[in-house]
Amino acid sequence: MAAAVVPTTTWYLILAAALFAIGMTGVLVRRNPLIMFMCIELMLNAVNLTFVALATELTDINGQTAVFFVLVVAAAEVVVGLGIIVSIMRRRQQATADDLAALKG
Amino acid sequence: MFAAETLTGPSIPWFTLSPLLALLIGACVLMLGGSLLPQWPRGLYGIVTALSAATSIVLCFFLWDNLSDGRPETIIGDALAFDHFAVLGTISICVAVLLASLTTSDYLVREGEDGPELFVLYLSAAIGGIVMVAAQDLIVLFLGLETLSLALYVLAASNRRREESQEAGLKYFILGGFSSAFFLYGIALIYGATKHTNLGRIMETLSSQQAFPRNDVLLLAGVGLLLVGLAFKVAAVPFQVWTPDVYQGAPTPVTSFMASAGKTAAFAALLRVSVTALESRVDDWRPVVWVLAVLSLVVGSVLAVTQTNVKRMLAYSSISHAGFILLGVEAASHTGSASAADGIASAMTYLLLYTVLVIGTFTIVGLVAGRGDSASNLTDFRGLGRRRPALALALTVFLLAQAGMPLTSGFVAKFGVIRAAVETSSYAIAIIAMLASVIGAFLYLRIMVSAWMEDAEGQDAAPPVPFLSGLAVTAAVAFTLVVGIVPGWLLDATRQVITLAGR
Repeated sequence: MAAAVVPTTTWYLILAAALFAIGMTGVLVRRNPLIMFMCIELMLNAVNLTFVALATELTDINGQTAVFFVLVVAAAEVVVGLGIIVSIMRRRQQATADDLAALKG
Repeated sequence: MFAAETLTGPSIPWFTLSPLLALLIGACVLMLGGSLLPQWPRGLYGIVTALSAATSIVLCFFLWDNLSDGRPETIIGDALAFDHFAVLGTISICVAVLLASLTTSDYLVREGEDGPELFVLYLSAAIGGIVMVAAQDLIVLFLGLETLSLALYVLAASNRRREESQEAGLKYFILGGFSSAFFLYGIALIYGATKHTNLGRIMETLSSQQAFPRNDVLLLAGVGLLLVGLAFKVAAVPFQVWTPDVYQGAPTPVTSFMASAGKTAAFAALLRVSVTALESRVDDWRPVVWVLAVLSLVVGSVLAVTQTNVKRMLAYSSISHAGFILLGVEAASHTGSASAADGIASAMTYLLLYTVLVIGTFTIVGLVAGRGDSASNLTDFRGLGRRRPALALALTVFLLAQAGMPLTSGFVAKFGVIRAAVETSSYAIAIIAMLASVIGAFLYLRIMVSAWMEDAEGQDAAPPVPFLSGLAVTAAVAFTLVVGIVPGWLLDATRQVITLAGR
């Protein structure tokens, strides 16, 4: 058997960066508001992973507590975001971001 | 490891926080009173909001006096800063709440709606904004930013009958959330590089050269992401795409609040973070600010001219104003030179003056646009000079001020930032700013020509001017002219904002 590979902080940072990039691409590419919104949540959670990984490496508690604040903010964003999305969906079935084009110029 | 008895909470200076508390109490009264008591008389919600904002402003004056005796300091375990800078930002935001709540009151009557929700959201957005202005810790700054933004998303989408408003709300929400994620990632990476989120400690760590090479990469990436997040919020080019849509779609009083309070809070945060925490890295972020400023100035002014909707025009003009304020930030980045402090002072003065100007302008646009904000095209302003001379005159004053005409507050603002740029030898950017303001003047003249010199066809109805909106516009005109003619007192006062806490 090969020697156990011990993941270092860098691994976690790279994973988080990858997740953040996936979320970012999703927001830019996908057209469904709900999916775009989920991608934003993915970006926030990637940041959470970064915070935890860095806090572990620095042996500092502040990075861990920051995650709690981020979680609360993400929850509040869900409430507001879903509220706005639902009120649009109620008006028209199957809203995609491309349908929302009354404002341009 | 952390026994309960070893934990001591930080001491909380309640009087220093009193402007924040006044707004919070106002919000609670509105929320509880609005839901527990039967329908309030019309306009009372707006009056209560205006009163709590006015109380907050008065308290700020007391705090300003107190500060002039003592030194700036950080409070509540270094989480917030208490200095002239924070107090001036608080005053700007409270002025925005005060004026916007008066005009929103009339807006609700016109739309046939009522209720405390918009006012509660104004107040909570203002609380978030004030926290941003004073934040001395990146996490606190993030919380303030989200409090402000979440309230603004709902405000933008608040008119449920108009699809444009809903669309604006959704677009603002998606792009706002997107930029918040960048901002937060920036905080995380800066934390990784310095082990701190407190601005003062970050500054110490960075200036003591403890950072080693890998951390330098983390730090630079973090600073970049942080700047992207803030540039989204202040609507600097190339992060401005949401601005025209959201400004056009949101209810007009909300747009005025967004353009004033939102910008003030984000710019104050940008200034404090870059000048305090990243002081020893000015050479790294100054070019970024320079590029943002130039792009905002040019793109904002040029695209504004091509628009046909007045709300969109003003949105692009607000982008170009963001460029001017960035000029002040750029000047503030020359920390070595003696006049760098002028950059901070002139940017903050600009924000205060712009707050009053932009709310006044948008209030008139809202009055002309009428029910459902439907008539905000340039053609709808035709003949305003004959239909409502007083309103057209006030609009002219605001537009001239936005263009930077002497004898108006806009001149004082623009002169301040350009002088700061010239004194720090940033000649190129100062010249670009002056050219941009010439291009921008064309836009304001177009609206004025439409209002005074073109004839209205089939639009003989004069837009009604309700009392509270009239009051707000009159006060804004008076302030614009008084500051324009005798600016000395204001400039003397704002010269004090240059000493930031913890520096």
